[in-house]
Amino acid sequence: MLDVTDLDAYYGLSHILFGVCLRASRGEVVALLGRNGAGKSTTLKAIMGLVPPARGRVIFRGEDITGRPPHVICRKGIGFVPEDRRIFPDLTVWENLEVGRSAEGNGERRWTAERAFELFPALKELARRRGDSLSGGEQQMLAIARTLMGNPDLLLLDEPSEGLAPLVLRTMAEHILRLKLAGITILLSEQNLHFATRVSDRAYILEKGRIQYEGSMGDLGKSREVLRRYLMV
Amino acid sequence: MVETPLLEVRDVWKAFGGVQAVAGVSLTLPRGEVRALIGPNGAGKTTLLNLLTGQLACDGGVVLFKRERISGLPPERIWRRGISRTFQVTATFASLTVLENVQVAILSHQGRSRDLFSRTGRLAREAALDFLKRVGLEDQAENVCASLSFGDLKRLELAIALANEPELLVLDEPTAGMAPQERMDLMALAVTIVRDRAVSVLFTEHDMDVVFAAAERIMVLHQGRVIAEGTPQAVRDDPQVQAIYLGGLA
Amino acid sequence: MALLIVQLLTGLANAMFLFLVASGLSLIFGVTRIVNFAHGSFYMLAAYLASTLVTALPLGPSSFYAAVILAPLGVALLGGLIEVCLLRRIYRAPALYQLLLTFAVVLVIGDAVKFFWGTENRTGPSPPGLSGSVPILGQLFPTYDLAILLLGPLFALVLWWMLHRTRWGILIRAATSDREMVGALGVNQTWLFTGVFVLGTWLAGLAGALQMPRVALTTVMDSTVIVETFVVVVLGGMGSAFGALLGAVLIGVLQAFGILWLPREFHLAIVFILMAAVLILRPWGLLGRPEAETPPPGGAVGLGAGRRLRAPGWVWAGGLLLAVVLPPLLPAYYVWVLVEILALALFAASLQLLVGTGGMLSFGHAAYFGLGAYGAALLMKRAALPMPAAFGVAPLVAAAAALLFGAFCVRLSGVYFAMLTLAFAQIAFAIVHQWYDFTGGDNGILGVWPSASLATPVRYYTLALLATALGLGFLWRVTGSPFGYTLRAARDHPRRCQAIGVNLRAHRLLAFGVAGLCAGLGGAIFAFSKGSVFPDYLSMPMSVQSLVMVLIGGIHALTGASVGAAVYKLLDIVITKYTGYWQAVLGGILACLVVAFPHGLVGFVQARWTRMRTSLG
Repeated sequence: MLDVTDLDAYYGLSHILFGVCLRASRGEVVALLGRNGAGKSTTLKAIMGLVPPARGRVIFRGEDITGRPPHVICRKGIGFVPEDRRIFPDLTVWENLEVGRSAEGNGERRWTAERAFELFPALKELARRRGDSLSGGEQQMLAIARTLMGNPDLLLLDEPSEGLAPLVLRTMAEHILRLKLAGITILLSEQNLHFATRVSDRAYILEKGRIQYEGSMGDLGKSREVLRRYLMV
Repeated sequence: MVETPLLEVRDVWKAFGGVQAVAGVSLTLPRGEVRALIGPNGAGKTTLLNLLTGQLACDGGVVLFKRERISGLPPERIWRRGISRTFQVTATFASLTVLENVQVAILSHQGRSRDLFSRTGRLAREAALDFLKRVGLEDQAENVCASLSFGDLKRLELAIALANEPELLVLDEPTAGMAPQERMDLMALAVTIVRDRAVSVLFTEHDMDVVFAAAERIMVLHQGRVIAEGTPQAVRDDPQVQAIYLGGLA
Repeated sequence: MALLIVQLLTGLANAMFLFLVASGLSLIFGVTRIVNFAHGSFYMLAAYLASTLVTALPLGPSSFYAAVILAPLGVALLGGLIEVCLLRRIYRAPALYQLLLTFAVVLVIGDAVKFFWGTENRTGPSPPGLSGSVPILGQLFPTYDLAILLLGPLFALVLWWMLHRTRWGILIRAATSDREMVGALGVNQTWLFTGVFVLGTWLAGLAGALQMPRVALTTVMDSTVIVETFVVVVLGGMGSAFGALLGAVLIGVLQAFGILWLPREFHLAIVFILMAAVLILRPWGLLGRPEAETPPPGGAVGLGAGRRLRAPGWVWAGGLLLAVVLPPLLPAYYVWVLVEILALALFAASLQLLVGTGGMLSFGHAAYFGLGAYGAALLMKRAALPMPAAFGVAPLVAAAAALLFGAFCVRLSGVYFAMLTLAFAQIAFAIVHQWYDFTGGDNGILGVWPSASLATPVRYYTLALLATALGLGFLWRVTGSPFGYTLRAARDHPRRCQAIGVNLRAHRLLAFGVAGLCAGLGGAIFAFSKGSVFPDYLSMPMSVQSLVMVLIGGIHALTGASVGAAVYKLLDIVITKYTGYWQAVLGGILACLVVAFPHGLVGFVQARWTRMRTSLG
């Protein structure tokens, strides 16, 4: 479904990604692990076209989307949920969803506000509240719901667990697994290994802009050495 | 007799919209202590530092420095009281040379930043070179800051932060984005420099190796609250910290 | 009592026009982050266009209403064209270049109006069916104003409905807080931007067309309205349509009562005081929110060269020698041209300190040049000071004004700063322009000649050369001083600079004062060389000219400004030989410069240079 090869990217003058290769197959949940500043966010942003890739290819469903503008990539079926959520603060929850709504894609399984509220019932009661009045967990749910409104086949989640309370974390993991059941492919970046282990099938480990490890989540859990070396656990 | 703490933070709060970033943090920092502030992304570490150094205003609570209230003061006044800092995203003056970056800070400390007539070239040059030497950048003195490598920029920021001979040094992820060995070196350097003059340090850091090597005490922040504080060993063994911060697999 | 109510209603009617213009400006800014200086030009163009359409359309009485509908549409179409052809290319450029481009449009439209409609004031026809007056509490109130009073709130409601109840409006509001995220959610920003620009321009055009029967159409209505609009949005808060409404009502009502109680010269003063009060309490306006985005490195002007190009010593020596030896050999006319170049060089160099070294986008620098000139003239004519004393004191007048205005400007940054400097400059212009008893209004002040001992061209040139050398030397010294370096540090990274103990406002204010002083000296040199002073010296085109000179010479080098001034003046002389529409030509040059080199000429040369060096290994 997604095939990234030899991706290089710069942020301003600093070289962040060095030849990153990764792939995600249909229906998979793939985790991108690594410490702060390892290049996880930049990888997702480069796929989404928010950071122009300097070198390399991003192939989505057989089509080269390298360096296309974000709105084009979004319409091809990739949804992006940024690390800081970036909820529109002046807009109500419902209006935030409306911004993400797209008439294209996904046939009869099109996302609507009602369907998003089914997935995140907590949001329904907040529909008329302003974005900046939501708590961190609510914002994260809204950010995901808003992206779903564009009917993505591939969801890029940047640090979905960040700043969430343990209890909220558990429900968030359930939400992600439910999205997987709904047939959405997910690529997520994570620092919280525990959380990543719960939701993902496979993992990549990024260190200083390079992929250092690739394998199934089960294998990774057994590789104490890898965990200690790259993730400090 | 109990020595008065250098920094005393009493129940500070800060919210952004609906998100409570810092929720009632209190801490006391004795003179000369090196303390790490750790916690997952979004725990409120940077926000707390910004509250201490005046980049943000507290919603509630008080910050005392040497028994005087500094909360509510603008950053430049807090700096003049003796608190200096570095930023998470490296902040230097890109169009100036390395030497000039430090000179500007020293001249500000000397109260000469409004001097309209002197030539800057030789002013505070020796002192600036001295600071550069301490961080190992003297060879780069004449280079434009924009041409420095990432690690060197971090060193330069440290030199700038030292320019006012601070009593408290606040470092926001001083080693982020550096190679592992570089990280240890830089932090070791910072600790050596401050040890000489009994400067207190409060720093945030993600690299646990660096934290455990440099910090005398560690505070763990989660969702804007302090959930643990103690010696590195005590914090490492704290089950709550393991569950929340270290991912529960350690 | 009745009089007060009628006056209140008049104020509210005026407020409705201001609201239409300001909400358009605010919407465009909210989404594109560009302060469109040409917004007032669209307003003026629509008014003129409507007045022509009324007579040209063969529809009898209803041609008035057809004109009021068609003119804004035509202007909106033009706005769309400008967005697609020009603005779209520079959304990522530093703010300076964006503002300059819209300024170029101001100049071109200004000359176009003069070309098609002449410079005579025009009056629009009265609106059929609404031409009389209605009695309100025994006072007569124009029927048309009453209609506007009813129409205004209706427009506000429609606008509110559109922004909150249509998908397009929701997208506009979303883009106002986070453009990039809107793009990542699949919205094509390009067309959103164009759409908002067209809508905003239409609102300005609508206000202009509706204004047509109420006021005399003049070729300065663009700058008058843009200044009032800036004041309204600074008051209400940029990007907030409701802020625009609130600001417009405040200003409209305040002006209406000001007319009643205060002499004409002070009308602007009350607006000024209100704005000052609001800025002290809420620097981001009544309903605006503080700018969350961190400024790009180098602030609004982009990052400068680390190493300056240094001209070799012989170039300096040669230049100085020529400047001393050559003039006595030249015909008088050329000596006067040289004097003018000296005055402009000082003017441009003082602006360079603000824009280049300080990263502060002043778009109203002519105010201090003009106040220096007027200071000299008034001190000599009204205070009866001898010419040398007037010459020496005049710069202090300009510096005092710079410190006064600057005290408010430095509370803001980036485009807000630019807007406010322009607004203050226009206020100074309006005072000089309207205060006939003191400044002579647009007749200016004549007979401002140097004293007898300095009256020959070469002698006055020598004085000018000495004064300019003194001024440039001072600026050079300041640039290299600890203060100059601190100013650069504040430009490169304001937050870092604060965190090394620098009070940004105090430093920027000092820079403002220094720049005002030197600009004032330039103005004094200029005044005595011309023998007269006119309000034009403080005008918006004059401010733009100074920016163009700085741009030609390179923003980041002090010496560049002098070179820029010389090149500019010579261009001026050549071009005015062929056409009376110098402003339009200037605007054209400016637009080409900005669109071709969106990161500045120097940035362009730097990039080329780096590329050349890397390709050579």
